[in-house]
Amino acid sequence: MRIVIAEDSVLLRAGLTRLLVDAGEEVVATVGDADELLRVVQRHEPDLAIVDVRMPPTHTDDGLRAALEIRRLLPSTSILVLSQYVEERYAVELLSVDSAGLGYLLKDRVADVKDFLADVRRVGSGGTALDPEVVSQMFARSRRQTTIDRLTPREREVLALMAEGRSNQAIGSALVVSDGAVEKHVSNIFTKLDLLPAYGDNRRVLAVLHWLDS
Amino acid sequence: MVSFSAIVALASTAASLVVVFPLAIALGWVLFLTSRGIGRLERARARAFLGLDIADPVQPLGEGSWWSHWKARFTDSARWREMAHGVLLLPLGVLTFTAMVVAWCGSIALVALPFYAGSLPGGEARFGLFEIRPGAGALTAMVVGLVGLGVVAPWATVLLARLDTAELRWLLAPRPESDLEQRVRQVETSRVAAVDSAEFERRRIERDLHDGAQQRLVALAVTLGEATERLADDPEAGRELVAHSHEEAKAALKEIRDLVRGIHPVILEDRGLDAALSGLMARSPVPVTLDVALADRLPAVVESTAYFVVSEALTNVARHAGATQAWVSVARLQNRLIVEIRDNGQGGADPERGTGLSGLRDRVTAVGGWMHVASPTGGPTTLTVEVPCGS
Repeated sequence: MRIVIAEDSVLLRAGLTRLLVDAGEEVVATVGDADELLRVVQRHEPDLAIVDVRMPPTHTDDGLRAALEIRRLLPSTSILVLSQYVEERYAVELLSVDSAGLGYLLKDRVADVKDFLADVRRVGSGGTALDPEVVSQMFARSRRQTTIDRLTPREREVLALMAEGRSNQAIGSALVVSDGAVEKHVSNIFTKLDLLPAYGDNRRVLAVLHWLDS
Repeated sequence: MVSFSAIVALASTAASLVVVFPLAIALGWVLFLTSRGIGRLERARARAFLGLDIADPVQPLGEGSWWSHWKARFTDSARWREMAHGVLLLPLGVLTFTAMVVAWCGSIALVALPFYAGSLPGGEARFGLFEIRPGAGALTAMVVGLVGLGVVAPWATVLLARLDTAELRWLLAPRPESDLEQRVRQVETSRVAAVDSAEFERRRIERDLHDGAQQRLVALAVTLGEATERLADDPEAGRELVAHSHEEAKAALKEIRDLVRGIHPVILEDRGLDAALSGLMARSPVPVTLDVALADRLPAVVESTAYFVVSEALTNVARHAGATQAWVSVARLQNRLIVEIRDNGQGGADPERGTGLSGLRDRVTAVGGWMHVASPTGGPTTLTVEVPCGS
């Protein structure tokens, strides 16, 4: 996979590059600010851009705005947004276009190398990766608390993992249950939430997030 | 001879004055106290009869010895003006009374003149220089009386009431320059509060870093050191120690993240109060219902104060209130931002004792706002904060 990294901390940039290269990915360019990112992405047209939210020039949400711009210019480039803090509002802005090939994770998650690489590959191949903290913020803020309360604890866990963008198989291995059991939970959840079953992990993420947000 | 008489004269005068001096002090005290009472009564009268709400410009005495109180009384110009009003009350009262009696009773007497002029001794009435006989003269006087009753007397009444009002305002109300002094004092108070609150915050950050992330990093360094030792002879134990260090490092990261977020979250700057409070609410262990009614962004200092207030209040709710639900509402009322945090906990929060609440108060005072805590034992607790936010 061809990857561009935009991160203004030199240490983290080097760490990310090493980690990805060791895992067999190709890092085609690394940049330290949002303007440079837009130029480099247009030149290389990578499969994935890993973008830090807070970057020069203004050190506010430059990376986020660049990410949205890339989505508009090059829809085929996946984007993984990394941040010191995750905020539901940013996630909603990022997801407002489409959840395909989109990730939004805390920087801390890089420390769990195996999970992080799995997230990178999922997003790079058109999947979704939402940080558990964003998902829990959405759960807390959702106006549908009474319906959420109707789910069993296990179903709530499955719902959260679905919202993070995981496949049934990944959910099964995370919760140490069989694929069949996961499928049963998923169909129960869709029935209880009064949602039509959505096929494909991305459409499922959008369906769940939309339900939580409405 | 000269020296003798000079010394004896001066000494005896001084001796007699020594007796008088404490008396003068005591009398002065009574004088100020009396005029204070009159001033208060007069303000109450203005409020009750004239609908005039006159603020009291007299400075409260506060803590101190009787002598410092005496000096404070002596140097407060508002007290002297109050006294002047007390003195002016009599002449003004006499003037008002006379004018009213002359205007109203004189007019009535003139109007009624035709009916009784004939029965007066000498068959004529005397009004000063005028001698009025019954007939045409009395009828003219009646017309004059009617004009007096319909126009002059009511106008004189209004005029005198205005004069009274103006005098009250002039002597009893705060002077513009003392308004300025008051403002300066307020600024002074809020400056002290700002320094206090910054100091309090710095100490809190120091304590949080020391108790949290710093301890974790120490433990991390120790564990990694141990792992380095063990890796050569017992790789399995070494690996376990490294894995443990990994967890410690992640926990330290999380603590620092939470700490920084509590000070000033980035999203507050980027997206404003509503978005930042949503994040706060989602992380609160006690369920929170949030109601933010803001059309526009507010000045940065107002947003960060409001955020800090809600953040601290929710922390308090989670730690001390024993509540199962909290409500946060934020609304703008003209040029003030009102923030209210309510919970259904056990109450008993006291800003005089808890350092958290007094820190909050300092922070709010520092930006010219105020804070009110209602927390009866048994609950519920309501914290209300008002912050000016320009126009």
